[in-house]
Amino acid sequence: MSSLQSLDIKRRSATTTPSPSARSAHAGEVAKLIDVSKCIGCKACQTACMEWNDLRDEVGTVAAGVYDNPTDLSAQSWTVMRFSEYENEASGNLEWLIRKDGCMHCEDPGCLKACPSPGAIVQYANGIVDFQEENCIGCGYCVTGCPFDVPRISKKDNKAYKCTLCSDRVAVGMEPACVKTCPTGAIMFGTKEAMKDQAEERILDLKERGFDQAGLYDPAGVGGTHVMYVLHHADKPSLYHGLPDSPKISPFVGLWKGVAKPLAMAALGAAAVGSLFHYITKGPNDVSKELEDEMEAKDREAQANQETAP
Amino acid sequence: MTNHWVDIRNADVILIMGGNAAEAHPCGFKWVTEAKAHNKAHLMVVDPRFNRSASVADMYAPIRSGSDLVFLGAVINYLLTNDKIHHEYVLNYTDFSFVVREDFAFDDGIFSGYNPEKRTYDKASWDYELGHDGYVVTDPTLQHPRCVYQWLKKHYAGYTPEKVESICGTPKAKFLHVCEKLASTAQAGRAATILYALGWTHHSTGAQILRTGAMVQLLLGNIGIAGGGMNALRGHSNIQGLTDLGILSASLPGYLTMPGQAEQDYSKYIAARTQMPLRPGQMSYWQNYPKFHVSLMKSWWGPAATAENNWAYDYLPKLDKQYDMLQIFDLMHQGKVNGYIAQGFNPLAALSNKDRVRSGLSKLKFLVVMDPLATETSEFWKNHGEYNDVDTASIQTEVFRLPTTCFAEEEGSVVSSSRVLQWHWKAAEPPGEAKTDIYIMSQLHLRLKALYKAKGGKFPDPIVNLWWPYAEAEEPRPEEIAKEFNGRALVQLNDPKDPTKVIRKAGEQLGGFGELRDDGSTQSGCWIWTGCWTTAGNQMARRDNSDPTGIGNTLNWAWAWPANRRVLYNRASCDVAGKPFNPHRKLIGWNGSAWTGADVPDIGATLGPDTGTGPFIMNPEGVARFFARKGMNEGPFPTHYEPFDTPLGYNPMHPKNPKATSSPAARVLPGIWDTFGKAEEFPHVGTTYRLTEHFHYWTKHSLLNAITQPEQFVEISESLAESVGVKTGEMVKVSSKRGYIKAVALVTKRIKPMQIEGKTVQHVGIPIHWGFKGLTKPGFLANTLTPFVGDGNSFTPEFKTFLVKVEKV
Repeated sequence: MSSLQSLDIKRRSATTTPSPSARSAHAGEVAKLIDVSKCIGCKACQTACMEWNDLRDEVGTVAAGVYDNPTDLSAQSWTVMRFSEYENEASGNLEWLIRKDGCMHCEDPGCLKACPSPGAIVQYANGIVDFQEENCIGCGYCVTGCPFDVPRISKKDNKAYKCTLCSDRVAVGMEPACVKTCPTGAIMFGTKEAMKDQAEERILDLKERGFDQAGLYDPAGVGGTHVMYVLHHADKPSLYHGLPDSPKISPFVGLWKGVAKPLAMAALGAAAVGSLFHYITKGPNDVSKELEDEMEAKDREAQANQETAP
Repeated sequence: MTNHWVDIRNADVILIMGGNAAEAHPCGFKWVTEAKAHNKAHLMVVDPRFNRSASVADMYAPIRSGSDLVFLGAVINYLLTNDKIHHEYVLNYTDFSFVVREDFAFDDGIFSGYNPEKRTYDKASWDYELGHDGYVVTDPTLQHPRCVYQWLKKHYAGYTPEKVESICGTPKAKFLHVCEKLASTAQAGRAATILYALGWTHHSTGAQILRTGAMVQLLLGNIGIAGGGMNALRGHSNIQGLTDLGILSASLPGYLTMPGQAEQDYSKYIAARTQMPLRPGQMSYWQNYPKFHVSLMKSWWGPAATAENNWAYDYLPKLDKQYDMLQIFDLMHQGKVNGYIAQGFNPLAALSNKDRVRSGLSKLKFLVVMDPLATETSEFWKNHGEYNDVDTASIQTEVFRLPTTCFAEEEGSVVSSSRVLQWHWKAAEPPGEAKTDIYIMSQLHLRLKALYKAKGGKFPDPIVNLWWPYAEAEEPRPEEIAKEFNGRALVQLNDPKDPTKVIRKAGEQLGGFGELRDDGSTQSGCWIWTGCWTTAGNQMARRDNSDPTGIGNTLNWAWAWPANRRVLYNRASCDVAGKPFNPHRKLIGWNGSAWTGADVPDIGATLGPDTGTGPFIMNPEGVARFFARKGMNEGPFPTHYEPFDTPLGYNPMHPKNPKATSSPAARVLPGIWDTFGKAEEFPHVGTTYRLTEHFHYWTKHSLLNAITQPEQFVEISESLAESVGVKTGEMVKVSSKRGYIKAVALVTKRIKPMQIEGKTVQHVGIPIHWGFKGLTKPGFLANTLTPFVGDGNSFTPEFKTFLVKVEKV
């Protein structure tokens, strides 16, 4: 939300100057552990998130015929509960899998890599990935770059929003609001190491209860995440409302970051390549036509501004 | 709760039945999670729907709504047949060996003494056999054919796993799984807890269902032990406090009872309640009834309550009948009630059969609504389209809306399900013209008092003599009232054994209810709360959560009634010699001269095991009852009866006796029989419930809650959806004999059709939280559908089972 805080930044979007590195996160990197097997889907986390972050989504409908409400992540809903009914043929039991959805805070964040606006997306030394909306140009590339379909562009200010992992709270030694409020202790927060240890204990318990495939979701394809899940069925993450089985950053984002970007930066300037980049990386997460048009208009505007600059 | 929230973590087996703890009590549910994570607890959920609790359970078993008693009766049968009972416990701490009167009988669903015209019982035969010494005859060999153990075996012999499968729709294997897991706690060292709520109480047989649950726990030796108990999870944050204070029409504070019309004579009223021991050496704690009663009368009428006027006994109304909500609204319906004050109550939404409630309200001259919110009741007269389609011009009721403060805008105490009285402080100023309930009621009282004083009246004494000793008569402070509930010495109290010794100076706060007296020298507004505000100060405000034994009792956190005891009947956690059955989870134990341990002993602190004093000190027999004697209106042994809106039309346990179809002792008011539905017309079973996202009809006024659950819906199975031709998200109309609602259909795998007695029964899940006021999308009040009949003892309406028909809109 804001870079004016005591957390050290280790990575910034579209920036070539080195990040400050004199200090380091001595306590280690942080992680939020969501134990799906303890979650009762009460939405206290959603409510706490709305309260702490001053968010108020629309009063919607239940036309989707599910408990999920609001029905999707939005600029006003940074976390939502996803409910999936699963008939487990092996055990013959019905399962109601409830997953708290939101930013996974990837160690290797696709959004940050894809972002063309300098400093609009940062990663702190403790691993939290944060959007600096004041620098956001609303291009939507973070949406495209995210393997988890998390960021949302606000219709109000055309900027991207998502869970901050309560970086403002964490910076002053508090746990995220969702963690503090969770009544069953299904959401935990600490160093990544401690959370992995905690997960071990929970997985052991689940295996004793017959969930042979219980495990930790900390996908290597994005370098691991700072939001991890304990799943009963770690072999099938997609059961949990389409949690990606093996998330990866689109290869085009890699290309953009590794080779194309420095060249392009030199040749065209950051904003101008936007549309090209967008064209080549537009992957599974479709950006709406409306948004695309809007983005292209912005690109043209940015280019025009650059051309007329003194 | 016999136990308390934190204690759930000590359980080895947890049965959630007749409730949905994860959904309705998410904060308390943390202790279930804790028991699973750190005590290897096994969690089982039995419910018509696969609900939020089931989503984290080790096992879920479906059950037809309203058939719980068959299920639990069959658990009793299983435990007895397989001898999975705690022998030492049942022999010594229950009435297993007590012999029942010879004229007591049970014939095809009906007990002895039934009067079918009045639908009531003459309970004379429902008792133990007394010997010449006045004590109950017992047979410790348990061979006597009329001993309670033999009766129990006989009574539940027909409740078999096959019957469970056929009547409850629970697969036999799932039922046996529940039995086996519960049976594993019949040994010392293992504990099972039962968590229940309105899913049991909201039936015409509700009180008997939860009695059956308690009987299961007694057989297993699970009452009085850590991790055990019968745990009623209360709904409103202070509904336990409401019950404790006796706000129900036939109650007085502290579970004292109102006199009936036949009890005009004070000595008879007192004698009937001062219960003498039925077995030698028993405490029979209600022997102290006069002390509690007189102290209450002194609290209310102070100097006007004297020995000469029998402590103002004539000031107490003598009930000609119960005045529960169904009764009051029936009288209103008949035009016999002129005015009504709905204080923190939204009866249009909360009482059963909305249209009937509305017609009652329409006949009032005036209605006063005291509430922080603009409730549906306060606008019952206003046309809100299809949601409240009334002809406003034809309603003459004058409605006064008095805005009150919310809990956070005042200080006071709240009693939790754990029986813990916890003090809270004011956190915000009330908005606008909102006033505290204390202020409004005081103003009303002072004005009425002045009117009675000025103009007299038929019997002004109870009003004009009401003691009002508060510093600020206009608005007494919550702490003054709390101190009054605790009670104080009205004169100097000397030790009866040593009159030179002063126990309390005049005016001093009392330390416990043991100090109460029946001679008018003490005052206490609620005897079970004595000890909450002592000379040491406000015990409810204590916030020390240290737990020296690790069992979770935290005796210095706030204060629990009675006597700061955290687990009721904890004497039963020890064997006859006073040694804990489970030394690893010791609550108390006899150390040779006293009971000591992590809890306040529920027995005289120095009353040794050699006295033979039983753990159930409130019962005159000193033991727990399988045989309820005259305590229940349907009979001493719980028996299955069908809901009044029955999908079967007969009682499958007693198919040939139409008198036993539905509860033979539940009160059915005149004209109500015609309002029950028949399966031919309304083939589906409706059931109402709550969702985590909302609290009753309040939180639809709160934006955050409205966002998380915005619109009314009903839950139906995939096969029902298919048969009525609706898809998820489409609108359906749900009708009962009483009215209809329309809502979005939520088609789910979590509700499955059941095969009951050879026919398919579909459940329709109806969450209750919507109405025509608030920030959510407008909706229909769910109680439009529910029947105007209640439990035969508590009169709690049958919200959980009724017949409906689902159609596509």
